[in-house]
Amino acid sequence: MRPTITMRMKTSDEALAQAASDGDSEAFGLLVRRHYDRLFRLSWRLTGHKADAEDLTHDILAALPAKLRGFRSDAKFTTWLYRVTLNAATDCARKAQRRVKARDGWGQDYTRRAAEAAETAQAQDWLTNAMRALPAELRETVALTLGEDLTQAQAAEVMGLSEGTIAWRMSEVKRHLREMATEEAR
Amino acid sequence: MPEFKDELDKLRAALRDATPAPDEASKEAALRVAEKNFANLQGSATAVRPTDINPERAGFLKGLGQMFMKPNLKPMMLATSSLVIVGVGTVLVTRQPAPPIQPATVVEKVVAEPPAPASPAVADMEADDATTGRLMSRSSGVKRMKLDEAPAPISGARQPAPQAMAESTQSIATNGAFRDRLPQPQIAQSRDQFPDATPNPLKVTSEEPVSTFSIDVDTASYSWLRSSLSRGQLPDPKSVRVEELVNYFPYAYPVPVGDVPFQQTVTVSETPWNPDTQLMHIAIQGAQVTERPPLNLVFLLDTSGSMQDANKLPLLVQSFRLMLGQLRPEDEVAIVTYAGSAGTVLEPTKASERRKIEDALLRLSAGGSTAGGEGLRAAYALADQMSRDGEVSRVLLATDGDFNVGMQSNAELKGFVEQKRKSGTYLSVFGFGRGNVNDALMQTLAQNGNGQAAYIDTLAEAQKVLVDQLSGAMFTIAQDVKIQVEFNPATVAEYRLIGYETRALKREDFNNDKVDAGEIGAGHTVTALYEVTPVGSDAVLTDPLRFGTVAADGNTSDLAFLRLRYKEPGATQSKLLEEVVPVGSGDAGSEAAFSAAIAGFGQLLRGNTALGEWGYSDAIALANANKGNDEFGYRAEAVKLMRLAQSLSQN
Repeated sequence: MRPTITMRMKTSDEALAQAASDGDSEAFGLLVRRHYDRLFRLSWRLTGHKADAEDLTHDILAALPAKLRGFRSDAKFTTWLYRVTLNAATDCARKAQRRVKARDGWGQDYTRRAAEAAETAQAQDWLTNAMRALPAELRETVALTLGEDLTQAQAAEVMGLSEGTIAWRMSEVKRHLREMATEEAR
Repeated sequence: MPEFKDELDKLRAALRDATPAPDEASKEAALRVAEKNFANLQGSATAVRPTDINPERAGFLKGLGQMFMKPNLKPMMLATSSLVIVGVGTVLVTRQPAPPIQPATVVEKVVAEPPAPASPAVADMEADDATTGRLMSRSSGVKRMKLDEAPAPISGARQPAPQAMAESTQSIATNGAFRDRLPQPQIAQSRDQFPDATPNPLKVTSEEPVSTFSIDVDTASYSWLRSSLSRGQLPDPKSVRVEELVNYFPYAYPVPVGDVPFQQTVTVSETPWNPDTQLMHIAIQGAQVTERPPLNLVFLLDTSGSMQDANKLPLLVQSFRLMLGQLRPEDEVAIVTYAGSAGTVLEPTKASERRKIEDALLRLSAGGSTAGGEGLRAAYALADQMSRDGEVSRVLLATDGDFNVGMQSNAELKGFVEQKRKSGTYLSVFGFGRGNVNDALMQTLAQNGNGQAAYIDTLAEAQKVLVDQLSGAMFTIAQDVKIQVEFNPATVAEYRLIGYETRALKREDFNNDKVDAGEIGAGHTVTALYEVTPVGSDAVLTDPLRFGTVAADGNTSDLAFLRLRYKEPGATQSKLLEEVVPVGSGDAGSEAAFSAAIAGFGQLLRGNTALGEWGYSDAIALANANKGNDEFGYRAEAVKLMRLAQSLSQN
């Protein structure tokens, strides 16, 4: 018997992904709907701009059908998806710096920041400064650990690094933020 | 603000709070595209079919191509992408019709080509990217999609002819700035960036009698304003820096006598826009150089893809050719370009070999993306190599945008320029074109490189900056020039510095020779204006403090005390100049009056409310009455711009 949609609401990501990669379009539809918001949030945290995040999410989703064939169900789907996202963000930034400032994101796009008036609260300014002060790899790490609440082990798995590297990176982030605070205080 | 356990906690909270909610329309569009691609991937659709993707959305395909094609260094990534590349070779992703703006020839070729192994497409796409660079917008993604699906056996076959490429980029450019998706009306389309600076607030003399700032000889803001107004747009208020408008114009101020590098003159007159306040006008006239040392110039030119517009690279080449005429035979020129990778186009060459230099300039063509950091390093390395004792070395950076390859943050870039300044090589920045100018970065770089930031929008502007005022731009006669004014609380109730927002210094920085400030070039004039409200004037805006300290009585004959600090070029110790400004208002003279008209104009554009009823017509009248000699026609042009702004503001 074919599983119904309601039944499938509870199906695991991995099973859906497997089904999708075998050509089940319904499973694919469910899967992307389930993860769009997460994907968008991470994209925003990597780019710092809503429009860029939407573009990035769009790009990733459009490519997902083909990419999914590279998905192995022994990995967690979200881990895989995070990895795809980081990769896409890096590529976009590198190739089309002008279009998507994703990896080199958090750029000082004043015009747009002014337009997104609601976002220019004081906290946002602090955030923008903080994120901009961070080198790209620290920004990615922050997006995963602080933004997505991954453990250091999970983040390490996504990024293909050792847990120790993530721990060190987070201490670097701390150092950057402290430096920023002392500079502000001056 | 709530208490946080530590910095990370604060960052976590800020990230969470700031993340916007996904936009439903975008979400639906993305999901639809994903599902459509999924269906196509199953082989159910092999024929070309229309889609609902408008050209500007087609960029997702680009992302798709990138994901397949870009090898990532991280080992795990390598594993995934290699898997995907295998997939690409065997599977048709999708077929889509060409968007209308893609030149038909290009697309037809692509579509008609038979499938072939994926790998040639990699090289081809890279090449593609290098030529069209960042101008490549979403529409070009479609082409890449075709590459994925049916890569051509011969990459040359699909590479459009140079003209075709130019045309295609052109059409992309004109269809232009639509990076934003449809339902985003509030988002401005331009990516031009300006530093944020709120106008200097009114200061109460009894609370803060001392005002300190660095001089500013940049003119970029004025050219920017002109280019905006000429296009029928009022400029972004943030792009208007009043002091740069004022300092754009040469003024005939009293010239220095003896061996001081400059002469300062202070006049006090009635404020044009407020009869109850006074305008304190500080004028600085730099000395002309009579004998100049040989110049070593490194042109660092942005030749990235976006520079191919007529008002960018072609204008840049024209501008620098104009300048060659001003150089002396013993001067040396080298050219470094940056686009994708930095390269030395012309080794250090004596200015007497003008032909060789011009040839190098004319050979430049635009293509690739911007690798500014690398270019900057290469340029400085050349400058170091060229410089000998007693010579002046300067890197002239010409760009339409910012750098973000190589050095990672603006701070890092700034630090690099600053360190090079200390070793004696200066940096001037020239901006070209619109749509991508990073004014904030230009400012930062020029300020830290002891140079000028100018924006070149027309050949006439190039003539002004690089020919008429070349010696000012190239030869610094005094550096780290700081101005500090102490107002007398017994005579001045309130004051306001007009402009110089991005140049404010702390009071203690004035005497600190380590703190960098602006430079005065040969023959430069610098103007600073304070609007001063005398004690007892009707225009005083603040009430006196009931319990505050009583203003010092006694000295009521002095209005203010002016201190100036500067360093001789290359010196580390500053010299101090002091001058008492007596109370009393006189006739400003036409030079000061014209600068006041421009200051008023700038404040109008910034939407400053301190001007009251005073409007564009008043600024025009004042400027017209004080045009003076106006040898080059700059002031007449300013009046034209004021009239344009007046008309535009009435719409």
